[in-house]
Amino acid sequence: MKKFINNNDDFLKESLTGFGKAHSDIINVNLDPSFVSRKNKTKDGKVSLISGGGSGHEPMHGGFVGHGMLDAACPGFVFSAPTPDQMQAAAEHVDSGAGVLFIVKNYSGDIMNFQMGAEMYSGKNDSIVTNDDVAVEDSTFTTGRRGVAATVLVEKIVGSLAEHSGSLEECKKLGEKVNKNAGTMGVAFTSCTVPAAGKPTFDIGDDEMEFGVGIHGEPGRKREKIQPSKTIVGNILEAILDNLKPEKNEKNLLFVNGMGGTPLTELYLVYEDACQILQSKGVQVTKSLVGNYCTSLEMQGASITLLKCDDEILKHWDSPVHTAAMRWGM
Amino acid sequence: MSVSFLISQARGVQKVIDENSAEIEVLDQKIGDGDHIFNIQRGLKLVVELEDSIKDLPLAKALNLIAMKVLSGIGGSSGALFGTFFMTMAKSPDLDKDVDFNKACEMIISGIKAMKERGKADVGEKTMMDVLIPVSEKLNELKNKSEFKSGLNEVIKIAEERMLSTKDMLATKGRASFLGERAKGHIDPGARSSQLIIDTICKSVINN
Repeated sequence: MKKFINNNDDFLKESLTGFGKAHSDIINVNLDPSFVSRKNKTKDGKVSLISGGGSGHEPMHGGFVGHGMLDAACPGFVFSAPTPDQMQAAAEHVDSGAGVLFIVKNYSGDIMNFQMGAEMYSGKNDSIVTNDDVAVEDSTFTTGRRGVAATVLVEKIVGSLAEHSGSLEECKKLGEKVNKNAGTMGVAFTSCTVPAAGKPTFDIGDDEMEFGVGIHGEPGRKREKIQPSKTIVGNILEAILDNLKPEKNEKNLLFVNGMGGTPLTELYLVYEDACQILQSKGVQVTKSLVGNYCTSLEMQGASITLLKCDDEILKHWDSPVHTAAMRWGM
Repeated sequence: MSVSFLISQARGVQKVIDENSAEIEVLDQKIGDGDHIFNIQRGLKLVVELEDSIKDLPLAKALNLIAMKVLSGIGGSSGALFGTFFMTMAKSPDLDKDVDFNKACEMIISGIKAMKERGKADVGEKTMMDVLIPVSEKLNELKNKSEFKSGLNEVIKIAEERMLSTKDMLATKGRASFLGERAKGHIDPGARSSQLIIDTICKSVINN
């Protein structure tokens, strides 16, 4: 393992402290319990949005704390859900009285810890669970689909509504709509290495890829020989379109997300392939996002998310945002 | 059950988990993401380190402190589930009186029931509950029996059988559930760590 690391026990604390210093104009970092919150207090009457999850997906979620997105984020250990005391402390810190909406990715550990955090928090609160990963079969008998990159879009769009005085109920409703309108699938070329483990999470051949990989390097649909980008992108889009079934006249946001170890050069190439394929299928792309937003440590690979947009979603996507990892309009 | 019993069990379990850490890590990498063993080890270390602050406390308070430590120090599913387990045990009635084998069984049974509700997982879903639920059912049979030591040998046997039975299961809960058929052929790492914990504690009780 080659990583910038001093000792394992301090890994997360040192990284969080650096994050706090680097973005001290936007956010504060609280340690023990750990949470990232906006530098400025939540204005009265504004619903607070709190997300969180295991670390190792940076900039998600701490990088999305700031005007127009989250009010706080709770980072767990690398790839482990954060703990209920973090959610409770973050909620108590940011809630202005209008209530707290927890945004949770659909993983068992996250669900359980956020539930306990919500039970421990005495103020008004509600939760939405993202589950955009079409690689996994959904069923009422299973944990169901994973919550992955579309969580970024949910946080941006609902963050804008909260900024525009949306109520807790309205924020939850919009979040659920965005989640339902989004589909994601990823592919990995290499594994990632959890610092505490010191070795790669999975073995993968030089000429292989994991199709439908999760954001922790957990296996996906199948292991395949690597193929040209157009073929990979075509297969990913086929799975997403099969799931979302966008209408011909519908507007869409195309989000190409890097897993951490793939250069932007390649991500833009993926974007171009995706645009061409979608155009040939009559699917309109009107909004875009390309970059490393929901990563898996140093994994090489990418995910593609398609989000069907109505006017409400478009309006809140375009509205100003100022966070460490996403900034426009202000 | 006493505070000193809890501490000595935590030490015993820590030793056995450490000895088997490589195996559990590999199991988790096959069907999960490899964090389970680190979470369990971190949790045990935190509990063992609590010794000085809990050794003179009443049982309910000690259990509560253990619960909060586990809940805030582990993270992931294990933190929430084992935190729930200890928190529920701490809420048992009459903890200021002597906690005999019967009472201890009842506490463990109620703890496991709360874990089942928290995780919304039942037997047959390839999780730690595949071991813990049958163990809880066996303890329910054993309580109120005067000769419980032979019964604990059965608990050890059930835990092992149920741990092994997760090998051929499809996972429907937890991280392994995303794998579908590919999860088959691997023992669930949570089932393995739970079985080791039960095995260690039962053997310690039998031998004392």
